[in-house]
Amino acid sequence: MTPLSFALAHSLPEIVLAIGALVLLMMGALRRPKGDWIISECAIALLGLAALSMLFQVGPTAIIWDGAFIDDAFARFMKFLALGGAMVSLILSREFMAREQIDFFEFPILVLLATLGMLMLISAQSLIALYLGLELMSLALYVIAAFHRTNLRASEAGLKYFVLGALSSGMLLYGASLLYGFAGTVSFTGIGEALKGGPSIGVVFGLVFVMAGLAFKMSVVPFHMWTPDVYEGAPTPVTTFFASAAKMAAVAITVRIVMTAFPGMKLQWQQIVVFISILSMAIGAFGAIGQTNIKRLMAYSSIGHMGFALVGLAAGTEQGVFGVLVYMAIYLAMTLGTFAVILSMRVGNTYVENIGDLAGLSRNHKFMAFVMAMMMFSLAGIPPLAGFFAKWYVFLAAIKANLYWLAVIGMLASVVSAFYYLRVIKIMYLDEPARPFEKANWEVSAIVALGGLFVVLFWVYPAPLVNAASLAAKSLF
Amino acid sequence: MFGFGLLSGLIFLPLVGAAFILLLRGESEATLSNVRWAALLTTVVTFLLSLYAWSLFDTNSSAFQLVEEKSWLGSGLIYKLGVDGMSMPFVLLTTFLMPFCILASWESITFRVKEYMIAFLVLETLMIGVFCALDLVLFYLFFEGGLIPMFLIIGIWGGKRRIYASFKFFLYTLLGSLLMLLAIMAMYGVAGTTDITVLLKTTFPSSMQKWLWLAFFASFAVKMPMWPVHTWLPDAHVEAPTAGSVILAGILLKMGGYGFIRFSLPMFPEASQYFAPFVWTLSVIAIVYTSLVALVQEDMKKLIAYSSVAHMGFVTMGLFAMNQQGVQGAIYQMISHGLVSGALFLCVGVVYDRLHTREIAAYGGLVRNMPLYAVAFMIFTMANVGLPGTSGFVGEFLTLIGTFFANAWVGLIATTGVILSAAYALYLYRRVIFGVLDKPSLMKMQDLNAREIACLAPLALLVIYYGVQPGPILSACAASVDLLIKNYQTALGLTKAATLALH
Repeated sequence: MTPLSFALAHSLPEIVLAIGALVLLMMGALRRPKGDWIISECAIALLGLAALSMLFQVGPTAIIWDGAFIDDAFARFMKFLALGGAMVSLILSREFMAREQIDFFEFPILVLLATLGMLMLISAQSLIALYLGLELMSLALYVIAAFHRTNLRASEAGLKYFVLGALSSGMLLYGASLLYGFAGTVSFTGIGEALKGGPSIGVVFGLVFVMAGLAFKMSVVPFHMWTPDVYEGAPTPVTTFFASAAKMAAVAITVRIVMTAFPGMKLQWQQIVVFISILSMAIGAFGAIGQTNIKRLMAYSSIGHMGFALVGLAAGTEQGVFGVLVYMAIYLAMTLGTFAVILSMRVGNTYVENIGDLAGLSRNHKFMAFVMAMMMFSLAGIPPLAGFFAKWYVFLAAIKANLYWLAVIGMLASVVSAFYYLRVIKIMYLDEPARPFEKANWEVSAIVALGGLFVVLFWVYPAPLVNAASLAAKSLF
Repeated sequence: MFGFGLLSGLIFLPLVGAAFILLLRGESEATLSNVRWAALLTTVVTFLLSLYAWSLFDTNSSAFQLVEEKSWLGSGLIYKLGVDGMSMPFVLLTTFLMPFCILASWESITFRVKEYMIAFLVLETLMIGVFCALDLVLFYLFFEGGLIPMFLIIGIWGGKRRIYASFKFFLYTLLGSLLMLLAIMAMYGVAGTTDITVLLKTTFPSSMQKWLWLAFFASFAVKMPMWPVHTWLPDAHVEAPTAGSVILAGILLKMGGYGFIRFSLPMFPEASQYFAPFVWTLSVIAIVYTSLVALVQEDMKKLIAYSSVAHMGFVTMGLFAMNQQGVQGAIYQMISHGLVSGALFLCVGVVYDRLHTREIAAYGGLVRNMPLYAVAFMIFTMANVGLPGTSGFVGEFLTLIGTFFANAWVGLIATTGVILSAAYALYLYRRVIFGVLDKPSLMKMQDLNAREIACLAPLALLVIYYGVQPGPILSACAASVDLLIKNYQTALGLTKAATLALH
């Protein structure tokens, strides 16, 4: 039994968020002024505080709370990304929420609770903790997906997400109960020990159902159907949050469970990962071609990118995990930058979402068009932009693990996907200008600039990210 | 320079110019003039710097020179630059052609001048980088990065079907390059490094060599371009602005040939030997077939584009002959073609700027009111045909001799390409320059102005100089080519011995 102070120290970010969220809820309930930005500001500060508190957790891997919770370099890396995604989503939300008149104080608090769920998910070391984190995250996400109550599309998105999400949670629970039944323990390492001698058919069933539940959260094919609708229907800052922070948590727990609970079942899970990876890359590439709504386009793009990230996981090696981590970090920056641009697509008082509305952006808003173009080239994986390095590391791992066909298919898919990214650039640079957008406020512009800077100049000094990711990957093995 | 070497300076100098242009504010005529001068100055200084690098270069050595190395990214990737006799000529060609591109765009680019110049300078950085990189990943970064500015140049400042052309250019090239990227990863897996100097000494297993060779071939064949994946080139050429065509024909196409010399031949000798008949077949088809296609073109740029494909056929043919004449001839042909086709596109640009059409039928009898232009066009047409006394002759002759040694039949069929090239080039010249001057739109066309003379005269002089004096280029690459061929034959000898030992 570890001393309480040790356990508390290693779950500091979660504690900060949990207590902070409750305090803010009280504050909101007592003050109740609508359109008050203070709660959001506090929430952003709390997220920052949680991220800062992780800087003090430099010690070795610690397993606490009766083996349910793990604090290692891998968790810290992914938590950092998740917190970053949440913070930027909140920063981007201010003007949008105010203009759409949905700036209720519950929003930042729900984001905080969802983020808390994500952190728990990332650090989960047993099936129970996994489910707790997953549900805390999902329940908060269901609500904010439908946060625009009076908007039909948002409500539809929320409902769709809830029904499908509940189904996937059910599948995950079913798989988890099978695993518990056959292994006799809920701890990941315990399951890994118990399954060393070769899996029985029931365990394989359990694995398949758990993977299905997680695939839904990662929005990979064949559990991707909700993604375009929810991305399109939800308010844009919420979509940003879905595409950034939520993805980080889902990928993190998938990597962790596969690597710690099923190291002896590589043959089985590798098939699943290869299968969903190929399908995601293909559907992501072909599905996006016909889209006219930029948020739907980004939904298909994110499906495709999850497929690419899973190429690294399919390798099943430390190098593969390293590739996934780098991929997720770079993908986070690209997504946030792109959504920041989408959030500045405002004509008069209304936000527009059609790709056609970007027409001629290069004449009206040179800088924004340039950043968006670089984001698109980067998402397409063209060097020397950051997106290329993301692809480089995952495919390198796949080639080393002799997954040649997976790599070839991935490359073909990325040529197809280059087509629709190029289309966005074509519309911005080659078409006649449409109505110019209003000037974006400074927070959005700052995020756009930071994202652009990261994507364009990543190659100059990639060492910090690469070193942190390799440290994190090591801690899983 | 800040702990970096001369080559880094050469690569990043154009970027500095681009950054400076970025800082210039305003859209007034004075600013635009500043932008043009800044771009010109940058390219000229870069050229001078490359001449300085050339003066430090020892042509007797086959080793990589001016090498600099820095750790970068960790895990085996490095930032390593260096040049040898096979890459130095291309670096000079790049820096030499750039000022002409800027000059050619002086008046013809009327909108978004700033972005245009920045795109060109960034492109120059990437092109020099391709020829200087001594790390495979670094090479790939530069090689592929060039797609971005070129896509924008064709897409924004191109002709009517520019969008189709730019997409085709981008996606074709990307598909080829991504397969090469996989091969790069596989090589990294075997050798544990992407340092080109180490990879050149690594022997890859025979079965793997064929796959790697094919993957590299996919990229370089598209870039070259070889028949049957050449179809993007006519479209891209026709739609690109004049300077874009010059760069495309002058330098981007040479990256494919350079790739063959730098990677395919020395690193996969067995596979190169195995696939040589395949390459010859494609080359001969390219030479004969695209020459015939060029005969029936009605668009000047398209005609020159097809002739480029045919001339690149000579290059691949000579390279895979793998003897001194063939390889040196191929390098010579690439340099010469860079000058000649670049100049031909500049010539088309001259009349296009005046009449805004590239249709051959719209011209005729230009010799009467544009005598200087007729002379310039004559010189480059003759060089394109390969008339003795022009640089085109040396390259074609050497590659043909080299091929003839390797395989007489291939040499025989390819020689008909020389006749065909005379046919289409002279036919083009007759239709544009001679005949009666009866079209009213042509009557008031002015002869070359000072800027255009400044563009064409140096190229014409060089084309003739290299035609009678091929020494400088041939001796520059001789040592490196010797080494390449020696290693190639040793590698093949070794495998032969190994095969014999197994029996």
